[in-house]
Amino acid sequence: MAFVAIADRDHEHAHDEPHSWIRKYVWSQDHKVIAIQYGTVAILIGLVALVMSVLMRLQLGFPNTFSFIAPQDYYQFITMHGMIMVIYLLTALFLGGFGNYLIPLMCGSRDMVFPYMNMLSFWFYLLSVLVLVAGFFVPGGPTGAGWTLYPPQAIAAGTPGVSWGIITMLASLAIFIVAFTMGGLNYVTTVLQARCRGMTLMRMPLSVWGIFTASILGLLAFPALFVSAIMLLLDAVAGTSFFMPAMSSMGETTQYSGGSPLLFQHLFWFFGHPEVYIVALPAFGIVSDLISTHARRNIFGYRMMVWAILAIGCLSFVVWAHHMYISGMNPYFGFFFATTTLIIAVPTAIKVYNWVLTIWRGDVHLTVPMLFAIGFIFTFVNGGLTGLFLGNVTVDVPLSGTYFVVAHFHMVMGVSPILVVFGAIYHWYPKITGRMLDETLGKWHFWLTFLGTYSIYLPMHYLGFLGVPRRYYAYDSSIEFIPESVQFANEWITISAIIVALVQLIFLFNLIWSYRHGKEAGPNPWRATSLEWQTPETPPKHGNWGKQLPVVYRWAYDYNVPGAPDDFIPQNVPPGPQTPAGSHDHGPQP
Amino acid sequence: MNLGVAVGGLIAGIVVWAIIVRQLTVKPWELQPAGPTDELQEISRSKTIKVGLWVLLAVITSLFSLFIAAYYMRMGGHGDALALDWTPVPEPRILWLNTALLVGSSIAMQWARTNVLRGRRQGAFQALAIAGLATIAFLAGQIFAWQQLAEAGFFSPRNPALAFFYLLTAVHGAHLLGGLFVWVRTLLRMRRREHELIDARLSVELCAVYWHYLLIVWLVLFALLLST
Repeated sequence: MAFVAIADRDHEHAHDEPHSWIRKYVWSQDHKVIAIQYGTVAILIGLVALVMSVLMRLQLGFPNTFSFIAPQDYYQFITMHGMIMVIYLLTALFLGGFGNYLIPLMCGSRDMVFPYMNMLSFWFYLLSVLVLVAGFFVPGGPTGAGWTLYPPQAIAAGTPGVSWGIITMLASLAIFIVAFTMGGLNYVTTVLQARCRGMTLMRMPLSVWGIFTASILGLLAFPALFVSAIMLLLDAVAGTSFFMPAMSSMGETTQYSGGSPLLFQHLFWFFGHPEVYIVALPAFGIVSDLISTHARRNIFGYRMMVWAILAIGCLSFVVWAHHMYISGMNPYFGFFFATTTLIIAVPTAIKVYNWVLTIWRGDVHLTVPMLFAIGFIFTFVNGGLTGLFLGNVTVDVPLSGTYFVVAHFHMVMGVSPILVVFGAIYHWYPKITGRMLDETLGKWHFWLTFLGTYSIYLPMHYLGFLGVPRRYYAYDSSIEFIPESVQFANEWITISAIIVALVQLIFLFNLIWSYRHGKEAGPNPWRATSLEWQTPETPPKHGNWGKQLPVVYRWAYDYNVPGAPDDFIPQNVPPGPQTPAGSHDHGPQP
Repeated sequence: MNLGVAVGGLIAGIVVWAIIVRQLTVKPWELQPAGPTDELQEISRSKTIKVGLWVLLAVITSLFSLFIAAYYMRMGGHGDALALDWTPVPEPRILWLNTALLVGSSIAMQWARTNVLRGRRQGAFQALAIAGLATIAFLAGQIFAWQQLAEAGFFSPRNPALAFFYLLTAVHGAHLLGGLFVWVRTLLRMRRREHELIDARLSVELCAVYWHYLLIVWLVLFALLLST
C-alpha cells in the first residue's frame, strides 16, 4: 500500500533526534523527558499539598495556638490538599510520569505513538497546575468547599473562595481533563498498536496492564468530572440552576430555581470512584513487578492478575453510590451498591493472595523497592478491610462523618499508592539516571515513612469509633461525647505527621545527591527480565533501542528457570538449550 | 444516569469481550511453538492513527452520554412529573434546516473520501470544501436558533430546559469546531501543488469518520430535545 509508506514518513521524522537544548529538554517530544517533566511538576505540587496537611494537623493538634490558621484557611487547606493529592499528584504521577516512562520502554517501542500530542499533554497539565496555584493569589483565596466541591455550598455565599477560588479550581480541572485525555489517548493507543515483535498482550509486564487499564478508566470516567465541572461553573458564573436548589442564603432568596445537588454527587462519584482505581491499578501493576523481580520468582497467577485488573476496572464503574449512602437513596439502590462494593473485594483479594504467594518461599532480596512493596501489601490490606466495613450501608451511616473514613481512605488510596510510588522510584531511578539511590538513606526513608504513617492513621480509626467528626476546625470542650484523650491523640497524630513530612526531605536529598554521587548502576542492576532493562544505553537515548527494535520471545517473569545459567532470562532472549522457554515443568503454577 | 451506565457498560463490555476472546486465554509461561508471533509486524502508521481516533470517539461518547444522563435526571425529579422549574422550550424550526445541512456535510465528506480513493483530485477538493462550508452553515444556523430563542422571550438561565438546550448545542458545536480545524489544514494541504493527493487520504478518511460520528451525536441530541 503506497500511501502507508508516505504516511509513515512523518512518523520517521518524529524520531529524528532533536539537537537544540530547548527541543531536547523543554519542548521535548521524547516520552522519557515528558515523563520526568510530569513527575517533577507532580512532586513539586505534591509538596505544596504536604505542607498544607501539616498546617491542618498543627491546627488540630494544637488548637488556639497558631493564629495564622483561621477557620476559612483550614477549609482551604483541606480542599486543596485533597484535590492536589488525588488528581495533580497521584493521577499525574502514575499515568503521566510512570505511564509515559514505562509504556514505550516495556512494550519495546521507540516512543508514544503521538509524540506531539504527548508534549501538549504535559504543557496542558502544567497550565492546569498553574491555574490551580493561581487560586492561592486571587481575592478570597482558593475554594474551601472540600475536595468533592459539593453544591450548593461550593458556590454559596459564606464558603471560602466563593468569588474566585472555585472558578480557578473548576477551570483548572477542565484543563487537567483535556491534558489527561491527550495523554490517555497516547497510552492506550501505544499499548494497542506499538508493541514490538513478539510482545503479545499476555506477555506484557503487569505494570503496563495496570497503567493501560487505568488509562481506559480515566478516559471514560474523567468526562463525568468534566460535565460536572462545566455545569457547576455555569451555575456559579451564568446563574443557571443545574445543581443549585432554590434556597435562601444570608437571609436573601437566591436567584436559583430547583437544581439538584444530588445530580452533582452522582456525576462526581461516577468519576470519583473509578478515580480510586485510576490510582490503584497502576500501583497494583507496578508492585507486582517489584515483588516478582526482588523475590526472584515468577509472579504467581499472571493470568489471574490480568483478569483481576480487568474485573476491577469494570466493577469500578458500578460502585460509585457507596460514597453517597448518607445523601439518602432508595434502599434497593443501597443494597445494590453495597453488593457490588463487596464483590470488588474478590478480585482485589485475589491480587493480594498472589503477591503473598509470589513472595512465599521466594529468594527475597530486602532491597528498598522490595521493602516499599511489602509495606504496600500491609497498608493496602489494612485500608482495604476498613473499606469492607464502610461498603455496608448500615455501618457506613454512623461512621461516614467521622475520622474512620479519613483513616480508611488515607490508608487505601493515600499511603498505599505513595509507598508504591516510592518503591517504583527506587526501582527505576537507576534506569532514568544511570545511578543507584543511596540504600541506607532509602531504608531510613522507608522505615520512618512506613511506621510513621501507621502512627498517624491507626489512632484515627479509634477517633472514628468514638464518633469524632471529620471536617471540624476545632472541637469545642462543650461537645460532651468527645473525651479529653482525643486531644492527646490529636497531638500524637500531629507530631507523627510532622515527622513523616520531614522524613520526605531525606528522600528529596537522596534524589538530588544520588544524581551526581550515586553508585554507578549499569544497565540492569536488579537483574530484571523486562525490556526496559535491556536497552543498549542507560539511560536510554532518544528512540530507546538504537538501530534495531527488540524482539520478545517470552513473558516478563522468567526468574530462576531451571537449567538457565542466570536466575533470570530477559524477555528478548530467544529460547535455546541454556535458556529454556517457559517454566511449565517446575515450580508452582497458577 | 442509568443510560450513562448502560452505554459505558456496553462499551466496556464489548472492548473487554473482544480482548478476552482473542488474547486472554494464552499461557505466556509455556513454550510458544513458533517463537515470536508476527501479528504486530504489519501495523501501519495510518492504522494507529485510526485506532487513536476511535479511542477519542469513545471518550466523546462517554461525555455526551453523561450529559444526556444529567439531562434526564435534572428533568425528571424523582417521580414521573417534571421538575417544578422545568419549562419545556419549543425548538426553533430552523433546527430542521440545520439538521439537513449537517446531513449534507456528512454526505459530502463521504463523497470526498470516495473521490480521494479513486484519485480524483478536483472532485475530492470540491467535496471537502462543500462539507466544511455546510458545517459552517450549520453552526451559523445554531447561533441563529440561539438568537431566536432569546428574542422569543424564553431566555432565562433559571429554566434548566433552556440552559441544557444552550449547553448541549454549544458542546456539540465545539466538537465540530475542532473538526473544522483539521478540515482547514487538510484543505490547505490539498491546495498545495507539490503534495500528492495520497497524502491527504488519511486526513479525509479521519474527517469523514468524525463527521459521521458527530452527525449521529446531533441526531441523538435533536431527538432528545424534540421529545422533551
